[in-house]
Amino acid sequence: MTDETLAAAIDEQRVAPEMTGTLRLYRWQDAIFRAITFLSAALVVVVLAGMIVFLVHGAIPALTAMGPSFFWTSDWDTVEDIYGALAPITGTLITATIAMVIGIPVSFGIAMFLTEICPGVLRRPIGTAIELLAGIPSVVFGIWGLFYLTPVLQEYVQPVLIDYLGPLPIIGVLFQGPPFGIGILDGGIVLAIMVLPYITSITRDVFMTVPPLLRESAYGMGCTTTEVVWKIVIPYCRVGLIGGVMLGLGRALGETMAVTFVIGNTYQISASLLAPGTTISAAIANEFNEAFEEQHLSALIALGLVLFLITFVVLALAKWMLMAIDKREGRR
Amino acid sequence: MVILKSVALKLGALLLGAGIVAGSAAAAEITGAGATFPYPLYSKWAESYKAKTGVGLNYQAIGSGGGVKQIKAKTVTFGATDNPLKKDALAAAGLVQFPTVMGGIVPIVNLKGIGPNKMVLDGPTLADIYAGKIKTWNDAAITKLNPGLTLPATAIATVWRSDASGTNFNFTYYLSQVSASFKSSIGSGNSVKWPGGIGAKGNDGVAATVKQTANSIGFVEYAYAKQNNVAFTKMVNAAGNVVSPDVSAFTAAAASADWSKAVGFYLILANQSGAQAWPMTAATFILVEARPKAPPATAEALKFFDWAYSNGDAAAKALDYVPMPAAVKASVRATWVRDVTAGDNNAPLYKPGS
Amino acid sequence: MSARVRRRGVVNIVVLSLSVATALVGLAFLTLIGWTLVSRGLSAINLDLFTLETPPPGSRGGLANAIVGSAMMTGLAMLIATPIGLLAGTYLAEYGRDSRFGSVARFINDILLSAPSILVGLFVYGFTVLPMQHYSAWAGSIALSLIALPVIVRSTQDMIGLVPVPLREAAAALGAPEWRVMVSIVWRAAGSGMLTGVLLAAARVSGETAPLLFTALNNQFWSTDLNAPMANLPVVIYRFALSPYDDWQQLAWGGAFLITFTILVLNVLARVVSSRSQLKV
Repeated sequence: MTDETLAAAIDEQRVAPEMTGTLRLYRWQDAIFRAITFLSAALVVVVLAGMIVFLVHGAIPALTAMGPSFFWTSDWDTVEDIYGALAPITGTLITATIAMVIGIPVSFGIAMFLTEICPGVLRRPIGTAIELLAGIPSVVFGIWGLFYLTPVLQEYVQPVLIDYLGPLPIIGVLFQGPPFGIGILDGGIVLAIMVLPYITSITRDVFMTVPPLLRESAYGMGCTTTEVVWKIVIPYCRVGLIGGVMLGLGRALGETMAVTFVIGNTYQISASLLAPGTTISAAIANEFNEAFEEQHLSALIALGLVLFLITFVVLALAKWMLMAIDKREGRR
Repeated sequence: MVILKSVALKLGALLLGAGIVAGSAAAAEITGAGATFPYPLYSKWAESYKAKTGVGLNYQAIGSGGGVKQIKAKTVTFGATDNPLKKDALAAAGLVQFPTVMGGIVPIVNLKGIGPNKMVLDGPTLADIYAGKIKTWNDAAITKLNPGLTLPATAIATVWRSDASGTNFNFTYYLSQVSASFKSSIGSGNSVKWPGGIGAKGNDGVAATVKQTANSIGFVEYAYAKQNNVAFTKMVNAAGNVVSPDVSAFTAAAASADWSKAVGFYLILANQSGAQAWPMTAATFILVEARPKAPPATAEALKFFDWAYSNGDAAAKALDYVPMPAAVKASVRATWVRDVTAGDNNAPLYKPGS
Repeated sequence: MSARVRRRGVVNIVVLSLSVATALVGLAFLTLIGWTLVSRGLSAINLDLFTLETPPPGSRGGLANAIVGSAMMTGLAMLIATPIGLLAGTYLAEYGRDSRFGSVARFINDILLSAPSILVGLFVYGFTVLPMQHYSAWAGSIALSLIALPVIVRSTQDMIGLVPVPLREAAAALGAPEWRVMVSIVWRAAGSGMLTGVLLAAARVSGETAPLLFTALNNQFWSTDLNAPMANLPVVIYRFALSPYDDWQQLAWGGAFLITFTILVLNVLARVVSSRSQLKV
């Protein structure tokens, strides 16, 4: 019942006069309740607005001092107060790219396995296990990466990469240099493992939205499982899949703890994926508490602003795509 | 309630800053922050001092750069640095500086089959490794110094301090003294721009990273290498002798230091000439306000260091630090009486023998 | 024709084997992490862990102050975030469903939901630590509550959206005021779903490290003062794992196991609650 109809009812005095008092009271209560919920919702907006204001305001000193060169120089010198954000920006983008290059096919593979191949009895337990793994805190992935993945990478994986891929033309440059273990590649792999359960569970959910009718018809026509997935399932869920991948990408871009352990904390840009580097969030986590000079603090906040903008774009795209799929489903 | 709250706020304000944390018994606590170099010793001293007096020392090892900043911001009762401030800087910031102990910085390596005190390095070689000129472990410069060792052809991963560090300062200061090219290309300071390698936070971070990374080299205060069972190396010193890092080599380096001429105790012990002197020896310093904002807290801090001078030498030697000579301690105490004061009548906060 | 069928069959087998292979590799990695965590973590669990403070290196100690600190800050964060989140979710699902403000707020909430948590830490540092001039457990709780808030808003919004309209109309027809319909009918119907959201938010918050680095910081000692820095498991794990001391690393694994176990329990609880829900998603 809306306010208007209620008011109309009172106006027309279809209710007994002694009832109007109660109704007025109700109206007051409703208005207050509504106001409280509205204020709560407004708070969400205020938080994001506050975050943007803080980041922009905090970033201004560094950005005015450095000018646009903040974005494309890579000198990060706390002694001379010169700050260039290129190294952490590229580090963030490259680690996230590695995470996606590894994470997407594996996630799709697992999702396909779970929805099309896996025996029915195992589907639920494996699916649930993956969803629970998505809850493991990122700091755990970080220490696991440092103590278990890094030595293996350094001793067994990277020497092979350097020997076999290093001499190749064009892509060889990505795999040259000494095997330190710690570095961009390490960070990317840890991120890939971290986003794996996340993307997998979204992908699986999206795969399951395909109406059984479509799938069965295709099988009925004699399609192989591969063809069903390629020609029916994936086209059907394309937008949802991209949305899910984008959400995973958003996580990979903004992740702090899993990366900080294994990235190497070096403000250096190297063509090689094996070299140590840094990411925006790792730089902030490492330096923010030690930074006292205004310029240094401001430069770190400016890094935060850049990270915000990057993730905002990715998330907005994801959201937009997921909304598109919702609409399509709503139409049906 | 209001009073309680304001006390809590003031206490909190006192403890502001990176890594500065307060216990619930904040009243009976001295707060300090800075160098990680002396941290193993300060935490040992703090343990004994608390057992004896009930007063705790909450020392946060955040790096020398952080220590100087914190005391300048007056968020701690004392700051600690291995990179001493010069006279003018002290005067400008209204600080008093004094050394507590001396110790050695040692190179540490992670190489299969090479244990502590096996490898020999010299200053120019170390400088070239860190400058990126020597890239592999079997480089002629290293094998020449280590004829008995089989060194792998693997690349050297240099590990350095990513925070502003006095250990970093002393290390680069030494390398700049022994290598002109290092001096011109990298130079010395709390944080310098390394041409490659991996950054780690604090002495403990460097030790952890070297432990974790095969074929790496790092540099830490000796106690960190010893406590963590990391392979430290010998060095060729200024006199041309191969010396092992131990308390006698640090003492030999300290012996040739002339503290009496050091204004504000500013003295850097790198590359001393003694026959058995460890080349990367350094003193570590404490900074307190000359006219403290909170006189009782500073008085407590001075009491603590007074106790440490009188009773802490054994603990220092056990961790391979070198205690300050008696003459230096006496002149530090005289400095406290003269320079650290409070109130309109400039009453000294430190009372000898109290 | 038969060649084509054969080729399709081969392609199918190759793709299926690849899928199985990736599944095996992916699951193997995840199992490996889980196994490492359990084996390293369990060996670090003992009574000291729950009774002693975080030690200096080389001394006997545990994680008691960090466990209590984490529990206090997570609890406080949930106390802040839950009512606001439920009310905001209610507004977005019910009153602001078709309004412009509603759709903007829903969009913003989704952005917050996936915003990098370290940015939340920076922001809370800016409006609590900077003006107060010191780190505090309050700041940590607020940062965590901002992580929990969008999770609760989103789940509440989704759950309330599932409550059938006739239920509301029936209640309204009985003469109940709007807010009564919400509280006694809609919230009750969506109750277990909303509770699931709150539990998932608590799980998410328990493992967050980045927002605490600049807000609650850490504390070596026992402290329950909300106005002072407070020890907490994630930051202790971060510091201790990156140290060279074996005993500290051991404690870090113990802490990692505790956190993961807690999150697991919360997640399982959330599943149990949601499976009992009257509304099936």
